[in-house]
Amino acid sequence: MWKWLHPYSNPQTTYNLCGTLTPWFAGISAILLTIGLAMSLVFSPPDYQQGESVRIFYIHVPSAMLSMGIYLGMAISALCALVWQMKLTETSIAAMAPVGATFTAIALFTGAAWGKPMWGTWWVWDARLTSELILLFLYLGVIALHNAFEDKELAGKAASVLALVGVINLPIIHYSVEWWNTLHQGATISKFDKPSMSTDMLIPFAISFFGFAFMVASLICIRFKAEIIARNSMRPWVKALAMEKEAN
Amino acid sequence: MQLTYRKAFKTILVRDLTIAIRHRDDIFNPLLFFIITVSLFPLGIGPEANTLMKIAPGIIWVAALLATLLSLERLFKNDHADGSLEQLLLSPCPTFVLVLAKITAHWIITGLPLIIIAPLLGVLLNLHQDSYLALMLTLLIGTPVLSLLGAIGVALTVGIKKGGVLLSLLILPLYIPVLIFATSAIDAASMNLPYDGQLAIIGAIFVGSLTLAPFAVGSALKVSIN
Amino acid sequence: MSFNSFAEFLHMGGYGFYVWLSYGFTAALLIILVINSKRKEKQLFAKISQRLKREAKLKQVAKQNSGKIKQEQVNPETVNTDQFNTTQENKG
Repeated sequence: MWKWLHPYSNPQTTYNLCGTLTPWFAGISAILLTIGLAMSLVFSPPDYQQGESVRIFYIHVPSAMLSMGIYLGMAISALCALVWQMKLTETSIAAMAPVGATFTAIALFTGAAWGKPMWGTWWVWDARLTSELILLFLYLGVIALHNAFEDKELAGKAASVLALVGVINLPIIHYSVEWWNTLHQGATISKFDKPSMSTDMLIPFAISFFGFAFMVASLICIRFKAEIIARNSMRPWVKALAMEKEAN
Repeated sequence: MQLTYRKAFKTILVRDLTIAIRHRDDIFNPLLFFIITVSLFPLGIGPEANTLMKIAPGIIWVAALLATLLSLERLFKNDHADGSLEQLLLSPCPTFVLVLAKITAHWIITGLPLIIIAPLLGVLLNLHQDSYLALMLTLLIGTPVLSLLGAIGVALTVGIKKGGVLLSLLILPLYIPVLIFATSAIDAASMNLPYDGQLAIIGAIFVGSLTLAPFAVGSALKVSIN
Repeated sequence: MSFNSFAEFLHMGGYGFYVWLSYGFTAALLIILVINSKRKEKQLFAKISQRLKREAKLKQVAKQNSGKIKQEQVNPETVNTDQFNTTQENKG
């Protein structure tokens, strides 16, 4: 059943697969993002309460969702790496962490920029913003740990242990922060209450979400390729590729 | 010679405690750090009794987190330097037991003194009189969690030369739930509200980390020792 | 279309600053990430090909050196083998 997976434990096969997938992902993402951003910036109606500021929603929510999704992906890779000793899944953690951290930063910044007109301050200790901040810390921890090791193979293993520990803690942190927030709820009004999204909003949201998702996929592919090269620099196929690149 | 698990646990516990007692700085320095950090806050914020009463639980707990963090590095560092950590990992006894013994020793060395000294700092910060029991109880259940989770970070960074700052970056986010529930339990106690719910959650976190953390520490140590 | 003019589009009903700030920040961060990701592989390949060139050069130098040594020391030997060969041919 899993036999189709076996060839991809060879770094070269996976490298080539990523190479062929990247332009597709990038192309789809470019098309979707163009449509999605046009729709969300120009064609979608303003919210009756929040006015035009609701347009931040179309980048804030997709990037927040993706930032958590990438962490989950990292944790799954980490589990595969630790349980089945797959070298390439360790490599993929290093590729995913910077992308995830960037999207977490985007979600945080857009959340703050949305909060300023809504709440009157740039930062409130809203449950979601707080857990997003902690998620950023977790990402930075993984990246810092990965960079601290000279030996990239050890770095991948250490990062996978940390990613797994993080993902076990993440729901606990999230719910504790949420609980803490309801406990200390003073003047803050949660503006991010789930609005029943109308189709006018849902379609641009979905399109821009998938646009960002494909962008994440292509970025991870590019970084994954680089990580594979970094770990296999002594292999003949990498040398041949380097010669080829040099010739061009 | 085959050691039973209990004997192996006891041997390592006694060994670590003996080492700590011979190097008394290991016990006193984090404690001193704890006291100094806490006493800095009234100087920074102002001696007004009501403000201090309000922020006391948070300050004591944050200082306890930092003090634990400070002491964590010694958990595996010396053993790693002199090679005895490798010997421990090579022994036929499961790493779970060995790691648990080392963490227990660490908690006895750093966690217990914190719990004993905390009421004194509560007095300094004008803690509400109903909160003392809650403070002691949360520290009693919470500090083992700090030692357990911290051990994962130390095990990951023990092979790195400058692991100290990295350790805090890795571990502090994981301490957040304990901090939240502990301080809210103390707050609830000061308002004469029941706080057994918060204690139960900290207890659940304790049990969860007690069962899972030694595994994580074991695999992290295997990475670091290589 | 929810805007009548371009100025209105920029103004965003009073929220222009925040909307454009967040879109701009997002675009900037993503562009940096894309450039950084692409450059990483290129740099690695450059490093590898540099290393390969150095290795090739070292190999060549080593070969030349060993060749020189061989020529100096081995010359009489080659003569000997030639003699040996000729003797063999004679025998044949």
